[in-house]
Amino acid sequence: MLKKTLNRQKNVLANSKNQLKLLSGGIFKNGSLPSFKKTLKKTKKFPLKPSSLEILQINLGYMCNQVCAHCHVDAGPDRKEIMTKKTLKMCLNLLKSLDIKTLDLTGGAPEMNPHFKWFIEEVNKIGVEDLIVRSNLTIIMANKKFEKLPDFFSANNIHIISSMPHWTKTKTDNQRGEGVFNNSIKALKKLNNVGYGITNSNLILDLVYNPSGAFLPVNQKILERDFKKELKENFDINFNNLMAITNLPISRFLDFLIASENYEDYMEALVSAYNPKTVDNLMCKNTLSISWDGYLYDCDFNQMLELKINHPIKHIRDFTNNNKLERDIRISQHCYGCTAGAGSSCQGTVA
Amino acid sequence: MSKTYYNPDDLKKFSDITNWNKELGDKFFDYYTKVFEEGSLTAREKSLVALAVSHVVKCPYCIDAYTKDGLQRGVTKEEMMEAVHVGAAIESGATLVHGVQMMNKYNKISM
Repeated sequence: MLKKTLNRQKNVLANSKNQLKLLSGGIFKNGSLPSFKKTLKKTKKFPLKPSSLEILQINLGYMCNQVCAHCHVDAGPDRKEIMTKKTLKMCLNLLKSLDIKTLDLTGGAPEMNPHFKWFIEEVNKIGVEDLIVRSNLTIIMANKKFEKLPDFFSANNIHIISSMPHWTKTKTDNQRGEGVFNNSIKALKKLNNVGYGITNSNLILDLVYNPSGAFLPVNQKILERDFKKELKENFDINFNNLMAITNLPISRFLDFLIASENYEDYMEALVSAYNPKTVDNLMCKNTLSISWDGYLYDCDFNQMLELKINHPIKHIRDFTNNNKLERDIRISQHCYGCTAGAGSSCQGTVA
Repeated sequence: MSKTYYNPDDLKKFSDITNWNKELGDKFFDYYTKVFEEGSLTAREKSLVALAVSHVVKCPYCIDAYTKDGLQRGVTKEEMMEAVHVGAAIESGATLVHGVQMMNKYNKISM
């Protein structure tokens, strides 16, 4: 089981340039598989352009109390990248000037940012329709200072989105670390107890499903039904929606694919499942991702590959509401992960 | 020509069987797709039945396909192995129940 981040291990794939090189070489270089650009062109979807900005996704830092085997952020306890109060203030100023529907806070564990609670309260003074926190659940059980988080979440009407790859201990712990399943169940019960995920409650608790291996997710609605049945019958746990997210071949999941000799088969599966109907609804079209240090990206995955937006303005300090950031969205072969089958985004399937 | 009878890449070419008989090939794949849709049995339950049968008919393509399908549907390894045992039990039972035929024959022609 993974104990250290790729960064700490000094793994070659901790470097985004090496990841991009790998994703452009081999089967894509020798023509066995078409590049994502070539596929987009063939289906008349190139270049990808953003539509209207609806979701601002802010990465509050790469520090996390977990070291999940598939993590595209390579997050973990040893990561020190944390958004400063100065950058958070820039985000608040931007939020005041933009008319966006959703603010999506992610990490790492966003709650580990020392300014997390202050920032949430400031956001609520401005007001957004949907304020999302991507909580890994176990953070609620990790330390005494976090145990009141469910009350804080509910008091601030936060929409919680949490990962749960399976309803059994073995499969969950294999992906997310020893003890994660039991602590996640305890945390889910705490969230249910304050009203999250309960019928007729306004407090929304969604779960994210990532496949725990080199395979693609099946129908999101069917998975949701199975998760609801199993979690209710075995643990009396309720939640609202399940979002199925495909693992993109970057960072730790890419490392797993290569080490387990599944890389070529997985890429072939993604390429052959390419669905042009997903393209107009991809999250990079309506989302802007902001990194812990204030740089702008087309999505969280591009952030991890350090592919800053293709626009003269690259940092939040220079971004104002009157700039539409018109640009071509930056792509590489990892993008096939979002266009396979029913598609994939931080909000689940897209087609 | 391949020097082995089974090649994992051939599974990806399964749909090519329609090239030599489109009508029957299409009918088969329509039927196959329909069979595995959610019905009185869930797609997950059907996947487990398919996995058990795959072992009984000893089809390596099917074993690969329905192990992966099961994983995608959240089937656990314990459920998969129990399904394989169900298939094995029926298969060995089918052998052993012929023992009664043997006994009948033995008794009939023996003094």
